[in-house]
Amino acid sequence: MNASLSGLAAQFTELALAVLLAPLLTGWVNQCRAWLQNKSGPGLLQPYRLLGKLFQKEIVLATNASPLFRAAPYLIFGCLALAAAIVPTLGTDLPLNAAADAIALVGLLALARLFISLAGMDVGTAFGTLGARREMLVGFLAEPALLMVLFTASLISQSTSLATIVETLAHRDFVIYPSLAFAGVAFTMVSLAENARIPVDNPATHLELTMIHEAMILEYSGRHLAMVEWAASLKLFVYSCMGLALFFPWGVAGGGDWLGIVLALPALLAKLAVGGAALALIEIVSAKMRIFRAPEFLGTAFLLAVLALLVHVLLEG
Amino acid sequence: MPFLAHYGTQLINLCAAVLLLLAFTMLTQRRILSLIHLYTAQGLVLFASTVLVALVTGQAELYKSAALTLALKVLALPWLLHFLIRRLNVKWDVETLINIPTTMLIGIVLVILAFNLAAPISRLAGTVTRATLGIAMASILLSFLMMITRSKAVPQVIGFLSMENGLFFAATAAVYGMPFVFEFGIAFDVLVAVLIMGVFFFQIRERFDSLDTRHLERLKEH
Amino acid sequence: MRMPAPLDAALLLAGGWLALGLGAMASPRSIALARALFPAGALVGLALAAVGLAGLFDAPAVRLLPLGLPELPFHARLDCLSAFFLVLLGSVSAAVSVFARGYLRDDPGSHPPGLQALCYHVFLASMALVLLADDAYFFMVAWESMALSSFFLVITDHRHAEIRRAGYLYLLIAHLGAISILLCFGALQGGSGDYTFDTMREIHQPAAWASVAFLLALAGFGAKAGLLPLHVWLPEAHPAAPSPVSALLSAVMLKTAVYGMLRVTLDLIGFSLWWWGVVALAVGLASALFGIVFAAVQSDMKRLLAYSSIENVGLIVAGFGLALVFHGFGMARLAALALTATLYHCLNHAFFKGLLFLATGSVLHATSERSLGRLGGLIHRMPWVAWCALVGTIAIAGLPPLNGFASEWLLLQAFLFTPGLPQAYLNMLVPLAAAAVALTAALSGYVMVKFYGVVFLGQAREAKLAQAHDADLWQRAGLAWLAAGCVALGLAPTIVIGLVDPIARMLVASGMDTGSGSWLFVAPIDPARASYSPVIFLLGVAALVAIAWGSVRFFYHGRMRRAAAWDCGFPFIGPRMQDSAEGFGQPVKVVFRPMFRIRGEAPAPLDTRPRYHESADDRLWGWLYVPVARAVDRATGLVTVLQRGRISVYLLYSFATLLLLLLIVR
Repeated sequence: MNASLSGLAAQFTELALAVLLAPLLTGWVNQCRAWLQNKSGPGLLQPYRLLGKLFQKEIVLATNASPLFRAAPYLIFGCLALAAAIVPTLGTDLPLNAAADAIALVGLLALARLFISLAGMDVGTAFGTLGARREMLVGFLAEPALLMVLFTASLISQSTSLATIVETLAHRDFVIYPSLAFAGVAFTMVSLAENARIPVDNPATHLELTMIHEAMILEYSGRHLAMVEWAASLKLFVYSCMGLALFFPWGVAGGGDWLGIVLALPALLAKLAVGGAALALIEIVSAKMRIFRAPEFLGTAFLLAVLALLVHVLLEG
Repeated sequence: MPFLAHYGTQLINLCAAVLLLLAFTMLTQRRILSLIHLYTAQGLVLFASTVLVALVTGQAELYKSAALTLALKVLALPWLLHFLIRRLNVKWDVETLINIPTTMLIGIVLVILAFNLAAPISRLAGTVTRATLGIAMASILLSFLMMITRSKAVPQVIGFLSMENGLFFAATAAVYGMPFVFEFGIAFDVLVAVLIMGVFFFQIRERFDSLDTRHLERLKEH
Repeated sequence: MRMPAPLDAALLLAGGWLALGLGAMASPRSIALARALFPAGALVGLALAAVGLAGLFDAPAVRLLPLGLPELPFHARLDCLSAFFLVLLGSVSAAVSVFARGYLRDDPGSHPPGLQALCYHVFLASMALVLLADDAYFFMVAWESMALSSFFLVITDHRHAEIRRAGYLYLLIAHLGAISILLCFGALQGGSGDYTFDTMREIHQPAAWASVAFLLALAGFGAKAGLLPLHVWLPEAHPAAPSPVSALLSAVMLKTAVYGMLRVTLDLIGFSLWWWGVVALAVGLASALFGIVFAAVQSDMKRLLAYSSIENVGLIVAGFGLALVFHGFGMARLAALALTATLYHCLNHAFFKGLLFLATGSVLHATSERSLGRLGGLIHRMPWVAWCALVGTIAIAGLPPLNGFASEWLLLQAFLFTPGLPQAYLNMLVPLAAAAVALTAALSGYVMVKFYGVVFLGQAREAKLAQAHDADLWQRAGLAWLAAGCVALGLAPTIVIGLVDPIARMLVASGMDTGSGSWLFVAPIDPARASYSPVIFLLGVAALVAIAWGSVRFFYHGRMRRAAAWDCGFPFIGPRMQDSAEGFGQPVKVVFRPMFRIRGEAPAPLDTRPRYHESADDRLWGWLYVPVARAVDRATGLVTVLQRGRISVYLLYSFATLLLLLLIVR
């Protein structure tokens, strides 16, 4: 591994950017949703205010919470921050890229899910276990679907390395890959489910029958809750970046290109803004489905992703 | 046009993939209204792909069939279907006979089968769009599957119509369209078929108070 | 003094185990003697692992033993394949033996401790001899003593009828498998009448005979490994056996079956047809999916782990099948990649499943409770066991940076290379297979969250759990050794790949280059295609977690207060409000409903004493086993017609037979 200076710079900028901007993206999506619903909205910076408030507050810890419960928020945050660092958003010459590829990225997201589900079960309340169960239900179908989406891109670029995938899709001759149409639909469905967005979960509810993510983190408070919320924004950020890297990779700098990295930043922000608005649009035109429709929804996503692989083998092979 | 020469084929492939995607989405839809929207979208993609094939190959005949597609499959038939479900007052209740993931699994098997069946023919065909023949075949089979797995009459008709779309796409993709007379004839047939089935729906409902075609089982002799 | 050659040392150590076992019989009722023997057995295991490591890089050695029948001596051989599995056997059994020292109890209803120690050590020795055998006769003798000794271990608590039943089922299927293996050797000797493995290697079989031998081997060893449809003994026998024995059965004995498959197919037959690979792939994936889906609905912790063993063996056999496919098409490097993934996963499964079975043993020891519905909250009472089990949980769920992920990563990489296969249908089926692997891996995450969450987290579901004590020192040592193994195997994949390399070179004539040239990175085939570095990965996560924690503590206060759980303001928070094991498995039961045979009753709405009962059973039991059992019953019914109970009638039968024979041989 001979990391270039620009690579290191891109790596650190990317990580810092992800950690700092993730709440902004959440704020932007919420604001767009409010606008589309003809409301004025809380403003873009609301998630930061929330985090600030939570960090100031005292923690109220359930009496039988174990050390695992207290460690989990930091572990989840660490996993998702690393995930944000390995998805190429600014440049493809990232030192961490050799350490973790697309499969490891999925593994990382799954690791975060395992910790948050275990934390949800730790206090032993009805809602916590319910949330953990539902989260794992979403996970066991969404995770293979995501893996299949990434595999489609891997087969196109003959590599599971995320940098090579983006490099292939962004910098070689422009080719239309029909398989990516399938993969794109599957990916959209998976990211909606994974980020607790509307057809599967509602981020704005505490209604017991419908909640998934919120149910798991009910017992968290203070800085723990802040870390969990921040990690949730990071997850949305990671998924958005992954979608951009797979389906709209233009503007990402190649190796050793300082100017490219500088130029990639406004491109990334513009793409994220459009992507966030699209997410808000999807959310307001769809209705929340019953929890037992969710496996069907995700099963469809999984099979579409498998079809993407098949279409690649059949049409592009 | 170098742009067309380079990207035309790829765009047609993309259209083919979208067509397949739409066929699969139809399999997963429960609501009749969404099915009609999907059917309309299929018509649009078909229109786009016909125009593309016409542009790439320079066959003037195909523009006519593209126009026919637009008129019939994007405008007339969806309007007719909308009219039907408004009059019959059925909008959402499509119960599938097999659950949706299983249907999709069967669908995937059908896709593999279709491609293998189409492989020898498309090797012979030598046209720029030969890879799409498999997809056309797959969407025909998928539409057939949709007709089998639905018990209500309206989705079955939509399945029938989308099967015809697959056939049409196969014709465009493999041999650059049929003679226009045939195409016109088939289009007219489809229109008449839908009209007749529309009348039929009203009859079924009057007789059984439901559009569930399973009630037709009662008509057999004992 | 010269060091003995690895083969001699291995044979001596296996003999050492036998001697330990026989030593226990000096005073069968003495628990002190039995307890003293187990640590000695662990030392033998460690020595055996060391010998295996030495043998891994040596040329194959053979030796004629002065045992066996006069004209039929035992042949022993140590090559790298045997050596690899000896390492596995030695290193895992060492931990299990140490654990067993703390676990062993003198229970009035079970075998006396000396007898347990005897069976245990004979079991270990016979597994070692299975790996060392170099002729069919010796192999079958070792194989059968392995089956018998493990049978006696399974029925240690023989006063319970269901345990005797489980043992019987195990013995039955073990023997079906043994017959199949015997027939396989018959097919392999090719009419030469010589049953040494050397002869079998030399004979070039026609494809049809080789296929028969392959299928028989797959069935025979598959029965031992728990492949579909011969898996039924596994979820019965594992919970019945004492926990260290379950650990050995699952972690090591199943691997001897994998060893047998590899030995027969890639070594003795010596070539492979691609469709063998497809068969193995299909059976493996079906078992994997079946196993994990059933694991999700279990409510007995050892049954859950047993089903998860079916899943893991399925994945291993799927990897083996993929290697065969590549081998059949002559793609040696890819075959080496798939084979490496397979062997790596064998080793990993041995460690994490051993760990988890031992952890259930500790829980069982402390609470006398196996049912998930009566556990909970043990992380407070048994922190040692809980943290070790967490390592096992993450490893078995296939999550980075532990060992389960490393082998699954390699397996998925192997799948990603398949579009180069020269067979159109296969090309299309392989994405489906990769999808099945991905689904299985994700489901195993679900199952392990259920396992860990219900046993160790939450509130205690029974009052008596408050008296649960943490594991004693011996048990902790066993658990810690296996947990450390999981971490080490996960962090150093390049080393494991280096260990497996000679095997791949021997069996498929090519190694899997680690590519990057650095021990930090695994890069199969080509670093530009894929690379993974668990150490950097772990450091990355650790650094980010540390930075997050440090800066939160640096910038903000650390105030914290304990209070009752909030639970959205619900007034009643009892342990019964948590999900039960059945509740946690419910979504899987609904999603995969067609796979189960579900029977049960739900109470009526106005029932004042509502009882809810539901069971999800294996459909194969009704579809395959019951009809076969009925047919056997009917066939034996026909035979009883001959039974008259009068001596003169029986004499008449003999007389008639004699006459008939005389007529025939006339």
